[in-house]
Amino acid sequence: MSEGEPADRRNLSEAYLIERAKFIRLETMRLTRIAGAGHYSSTFSAAELFAALYYGHLRLDPKNPKWEDRDRFVLSKGHAAIGLYPVLADLGFYPLSKLDDFTRLGSAFGDHPDMKKIPGIDFSSGSLGHGLSIALGMALAGRLTGRTYRSYCMLGDGELNEGQIWEAAMAAGHFKLQGLVGIVDRNQLSIDGPTEKVMSVEPLADRFTSFGWDVKRIDGHDLSAIMATLSALKPAGTGRPQMIIADTVKGRGVKYMELSLDWHVGNLVGDDYDDAWAEIEAGLQPFEKEDA
Amino acid sequence: MSAAGQDQSTLFRGDEGELRLKDAKSVRGTPAKAMPAFILGEELADLAETDPRIVVATADLANSSRTRDFANRHPDRFIDFGIAERNMITAAAGMASCGLVPYVATFASFAGILAAEAIKTDCAYPRMPVRIIAHHSGISMGFYGTSHHATEDLGMMRTIADLTVVCAADANQLRAILRASVDHPGAMYIRLGRGRDAEVYAQVPADFAFGKATTLREGKDLTIIATGSQVHAAITAADRLAETGASVRVIDMHTIKPLDESAVRAAARETKAILTVEEHNVVGGLGSAVAEVLVDEDRLPFRRHGIQDEFSLIGPPAALYAHYRLDADGVTAVARELLQIN
Repeated sequence: MSEGEPADRRNLSEAYLIERAKFIRLETMRLTRIAGAGHYSSTFSAAELFAALYYGHLRLDPKNPKWEDRDRFVLSKGHAAIGLYPVLADLGFYPLSKLDDFTRLGSAFGDHPDMKKIPGIDFSSGSLGHGLSIALGMALAGRLTGRTYRSYCMLGDGELNEGQIWEAAMAAGHFKLQGLVGIVDRNQLSIDGPTEKVMSVEPLADRFTSFGWDVKRIDGHDLSAIMATLSALKPAGTGRPQMIIADTVKGRGVKYMELSLDWHVGNLVGDDYDDAWAEIEAGLQPFEKEDA
Repeated sequence: MSAAGQDQSTLFRGDEGELRLKDAKSVRGTPAKAMPAFILGEELADLAETDPRIVVATADLANSSRTRDFANRHPDRFIDFGIAERNMITAAAGMASCGLVPYVATFASFAGILAAEAIKTDCAYPRMPVRIIAHHSGISMGFYGTSHHATEDLGMMRTIADLTVVCAADANQLRAILRASVDHPGAMYIRLGRGRDAEVYAQVPADFAFGKATTLREGKDLTIIATGSQVHAAITAADRLAETGASVRVIDMHTIKPLDESAVRAAARETKAILTVEEHNVVGGLGSAVAEVLVDEDRLPFRRHGIQDEFSLIGPPAALYAHYRLDADGVTAVARELLQIN
């Protein structure tokens, strides 16, 4: 991944990205065990999105994390950072061994990412509802300074309840920031239940469209669909900001976690850990929605 | 004292004279220079001439903050975020992460209180050089009422680590603050009054430094430590007390955080009493900050003067300042009580 290489020209096979998504899930397992608790299901839903973005798309230079022309990525759903840390290590931002004391006293790596401590993290996050405003500011700065990078923000669906998201959405449409790219990990659940029961976010595409965004809705576990959508993004410039609503399954990859409310935070031990590990290694099986 | 009996046609009344409702229409036409603290937009525009990193934003208050003066000269570097203060402050942090130095202005009540978490989480914690300009602080919004009064913001901002918190006493000091702020590390909360503050500094103070208090009067009987709008009241009170033989030191504690503790300790050792004066709740602001230092010192008469932990009344600003004894008469009276002189 050298400087300035257009990401969509990278010759990456889908099989490779599937392996990287698997790596993200397995590392989430490993790190959760070190910490004693972790956000499995919110990270599992985003595994394919992380893989596509970081291995296949974003314009980055791990040797120069502060490269001014790099694409920016804001993980507004900061609790999925446990899935991002191994990716940044894998890409060469820091050694993977740095994660061996994940969340221990004095570690740079906590449940939510800290830009001042971790190379490759473009902005600290954790408090939901902020990230789209941050990425909006980055896109405004890019326009002001004449740079061509895009600003990406990954949002949870539950955090769309936060009012500030819509302040940012309104401003992005108003300022016509085509270089701002939102990605909603539409994994269907927030902590207390299905989003549509707790606080409905649909019709999501219509909502962003009405705020002036260009919206695509895709299967967020289908790597070829994700890559095709990312490759088709328009460059930074004046036009409608771009939103990708990625329909995903919270907990995807471990059957009993899928669309379960019990695994927002958890810790697998003993045979449970080994079984889940084996299930992830076997790869994604077709998702079957159980009738309620 | 109460607001009763005030001429209700008074829109604003301060030390600089009265302004009546019939004149209100002319306010907008008044040149910025005639309204002291409203040099904000003009000074930032001057700084931006030589510094391309500077951008300015407001939340639908371009006229009230006179950031309009900046917009007129640097339209491409001015952003109006509409009435969305949190988005403005968080987006400013995003801009700062890309190398810009944003100055974002709105009423103190909506900067330091409504958007407090954005200041903590997005500006101070990642040490982004965002300068939050909190104008119309304290009770200066007068009859707009409690929603528009900000007598809690210093207390809230002071508890945020790595945030510089500073109050401007007048237009010249504001110029010094803005000039010194450009390259100052980390986030900053700059608290302004209503832009009608009487002059304290005849010129832009050349020796201004964050965290270094300015001693404006020397004395040994009492030290008045004041900040922002109350510095002028404090020096006027000191001069009046001097006429009756009391020797009063006046410290302009412009920087609330980091506090100039040595100035407080010297006052405790070299003068006989300390009075803090602030247009803010006595809980959490300047008075509290000074008290935290004094707890290590030998006891001496000490009083925190300000809003006594209540939601302030509504009324024309001058009436409120009189009611809460936050004008020269009031500060003089409080100082006399503390010194037990008539």
